[in-house]
Amino acid sequence: MTTIPKARPTLSTTSGAAHARIWGIGGYRPERVVTNDEICETVDSSDEWIRERSGIITRRQAAPAETVVDMASAAALEALKSAGLVASQIDAVILATVTHPYQTPAAAPMVADRIGATPAAAFDISAACAGYCHGITLANDMVRGGSAQFVLVIGVEKLSDFTDRTDRGSAFIFGDGAGAAIVGPSDFPGIGPTVWGSDGAKWETISQRNSWIEVRDHNVAWPAITMQGQSVFRWAVYSMAPIAQAALDQAGIKADDLDVFIPHQANMRIIDALVKQLKLPEHIAIARDIADTGNTSAASIPLAAQRMLDSGEAPHGGLALQIAFGAGLVYAAQVVVLP
Amino acid sequence: MAQSEKEILDGLAEIVNEETGLDTASVELDKSFTDDLDIDSLSMMTIVVNAEEKFGVRIPDDEVKNLKTVHDAVNFIAAAQS
Repeated sequence: MTTIPKARPTLSTTSGAAHARIWGIGGYRPERVVTNDEICETVDSSDEWIRERSGIITRRQAAPAETVVDMASAAALEALKSAGLVASQIDAVILATVTHPYQTPAAAPMVADRIGATPAAAFDISAACAGYCHGITLANDMVRGGSAQFVLVIGVEKLSDFTDRTDRGSAFIFGDGAGAAIVGPSDFPGIGPTVWGSDGAKWETISQRNSWIEVRDHNVAWPAITMQGQSVFRWAVYSMAPIAQAALDQAGIKADDLDVFIPHQANMRIIDALVKQLKLPEHIAIARDIADTGNTSAASIPLAAQRMLDSGEAPHGGLALQIAFGAGLVYAAQVVVLP
Repeated sequence: MAQSEKEILDGLAEIVNEETGLDTASVELDKSFTDDLDIDSLSMMTIVVNAEEKFGVRIPDDEVKNLKTVHDAVNFIAAAQS
């Protein structure tokens, strides 16, 4: 027997800003520089091979007591300065990481507390090296949908905690650091449509070696992150180039309109191959931060952007294509107006 | 669709030349990609993807490690075409 529902009141809804843009970007690089020679103390490799294979010359390593929360907070404060805002104006903190070493609580509320953004909404997202671009997507929609006015998006990693320094395939790749952006309202579109997706069938391509349950029950070694380098290269270049093109197309932009290309700093060979596949004109500045910073996963794009803006390599207000891809496998790309 | 061994070898030599700058004449059947031609695992992937396109075949990731010599690659492509 069906009951007739009471007359239902209409819910109020919010509407947000017409458009959103990135107001500021900040970065934090740990002090300690690790050279290829130091990496070669624990793997059979050479400075020459590492440079040739990946383009990496040095990477940064967080201090033993330096946490993901510490690094994220430092980058967030820089982003606030760059945006000309104060922490109390932040409505939501989205923190992308895979190296916060607690199942719970998330790092984001601790960062919000640290920087003075409480009671902002705060949560972590886990999308590996694509985390920052996922965060920008969410922030863009939140600002335009009305759930937040200013969103702090952070990409941060302490990959040194999850790197096997004796694994020849990955010991040299990873670095530590944090990058942050503030997304807020805009009177022009500052963030293009995101092209994103996943391919979970390839989950073993980049993965933590064992689950925590396996570690607990079978006393296996510390589960570092490892990858099938060749498969990652092929996917990152040949499957991701069309995604980058789609992000341009959906933004209504031609490659020639771009000022900057900021791919996830996974490997210099991937960056070079993507530039070639996309036939990017020579006037476009290419992010190559990986040479000094290593692969910092979720932090890599905001760190590269911050470096290029600070050095003048990227113009303030310029158009940048950012594309990130990583463990999952997952990916996200969008065109943005740089602050 | 199936090509002769020479046609495949010539095509492969062109691809190797485009990726590495190596003379096509140096891409001989008995040469090892890594030891003789100094092609690293990432360049190998680019060569494999270009070969897939040129020869109309699929070369899965886990097959690539079996292609140690130029002859291995030519044989694989010929078999995949037939």
